[in-house]
Amino acid sequence: MISREGLINTALVFGLLLVPLWAHFSDEPYIVTLSTRVAILALAGVGLNLALGLGGLVSLGHAMFFGIGGYAAGILASHAQSYTPLFEWPVVIEGTQFMPVIWLVAIVASALVALLTGALSLRTSGVYFIMITLAFGQMFYYFTISWPAYGGEDGLSIYVRDRFPGLNTLVPIQFFGLCFAALMLALVVVARIARSGFGLALNAARQNEARVRAVGIEPYRLRLAAFVISGAITGLAGALYADLNRFVSPAMFSWQTSGEIMVFVILGGVARLFGPVAGAALFIILEEVLGGMSDYWHIWLGLLLLIVVLFARGGLIGLIAGQARRDSAGEGGGHG
Amino acid sequence: MSLLRLDHVSAFYGPSQALFDVSLHVEPGEVVALMGRNGMGKTTTIKVVCRMLKHRGGALAFDGQDIARWPSHRAARAGLGLVPEGRRCFPNLTVRENLVAAARPGDWTLAKVAELFPRLEERQGQMASSLSGGEQQMLAIGRALMTNPRLLILDEATEGLAPVIRAEIWAAISRLKRETGLAILVVDKSLKELGLVADRGVILERGKTVWQGKFADLDQLTRDRFLGV
Repeated sequence: MISREGLINTALVFGLLLVPLWAHFSDEPYIVTLSTRVAILALAGVGLNLALGLGGLVSLGHAMFFGIGGYAAGILASHAQSYTPLFEWPVVIEGTQFMPVIWLVAIVASALVALLTGALSLRTSGVYFIMITLAFGQMFYYFTISWPAYGGEDGLSIYVRDRFPGLNTLVPIQFFGLCFAALMLALVVVARIARSGFGLALNAARQNEARVRAVGIEPYRLRLAAFVISGAITGLAGALYADLNRFVSPAMFSWQTSGEIMVFVILGGVARLFGPVAGAALFIILEEVLGGMSDYWHIWLGLLLLIVVLFARGGLIGLIAGQARRDSAGEGGGHG
Repeated sequence: MSLLRLDHVSAFYGPSQALFDVSLHVEPGEVVALMGRNGMGKTTTIKVVCRMLKHRGGALAFDGQDIARWPSHRAARAGLGLVPEGRRCFPNLTVRENLVAAARPGDWTLAKVAELFPRLEERQGQMASSLSGGEQQMLAIGRALMTNPRLLILDEATEGLAPVIRAEIWAAISRLKRETGLAILVVDKSLKELGLVADRGVILERGKTVWQGKFADLDQLTRDRFLGV
């Protein structure tokens, strides 16, 4: 029998799929774009949730991967637009507007940065881990501000939507389809990881580090692998976000972006597979509804977050589906 | 060559010395009982063997290799399977997940653990935190076996359990000895049951090895003097 959480997850998938389809046929492209934002931000949250929910890694630097993905898309597209190569020596590397290549570059670049930053930051724990991930993110933020070749503080515009074979990505519903597919794929990957020996050991390491060492598992390597996968998923989200907005800016790297991704996860439910989907959807709905009423809508978001943290630790999904099968990073301890 | 050998090992908790001179050895296929009253250094010795506590003096070798500088996960990978005191499972994983999380390639599989402890198979989808004390202990033993150890270390595996559950666990230990030839270092206070499985015994008194020999040679005088029974 399907669990209550399973029903909620199914409803979220169908909701996220049917709303933009309805909007498409009702000639409401703005709602399709909003749904695309939900899918992309949920994807970023799915990446963070792997590190935070499963691994207990409270990272305040995931905007770094989001920004790297975004700038990978922006830089490759800008060179393709201007017909200038990225590098001429030792080999000529041209820009591209071919999405699969951009995504691959975004994933690989984010994963590499996650490997390097994770290798250092995972040697710390608690508040130090939070601070070091925040510091890495801010390093990238200030670097892009002072990088005039790619727009510096003003950011970088992508004048044409990147291409995907067989699709017209300028049609909002088709671009939504790509983002939705990427989100579903990431959810499948994370669900499989969570059930694998690796995911179970990662979860166990969050519960008790000494105990996993006693069964021959080194938590550092587990966490580093999780951090790299998590960064790669968030990087892919960044590349899609750049294509959605046709613009990238240093703001993608800012700590506020890291905080927002964490808010999606917490609102939806830390360690819940579909928590980031519910959280991103709720965030965008609140932004639209409350943002239309007042410029200070973040106050109400803050209040909601406070209520969730104090009274509904399983987030929106936990509130409806009941207590989590596993405790969350916030409840069961963690690295951060 | 001994599977495990400790020679004149000393260890400290901060400034307090807990082990002064511990020597023991476990041969392949042998069951050795590590005995002593409370606070005499049995669990500390186990922690030193499993590299959860660094020792300061003496020598420590597993399968002929000096493991003094190894971290605990490396010692576990080399074949030291620990069942810690207090049934420490991963409470928020199911029985099956506890076993899968620890699994490493080898003879011990989920099916084989289920054969040894049929209760675990019945409870495989249940959270470890919801198991009874005895079932948690079976899970802790199963989890250690899933690492496919060459030396199984049981630290007070039957402490605080109901007699019927204790009997079940001792039966499993006997079966392990009989059918697998796995070397076992067992810490327990139940001399009667230890007598049924142990080949040799080692007694610790105030952090020192004060007696070791064949379990059958453990006389009443020694028991009265060092074990208080």
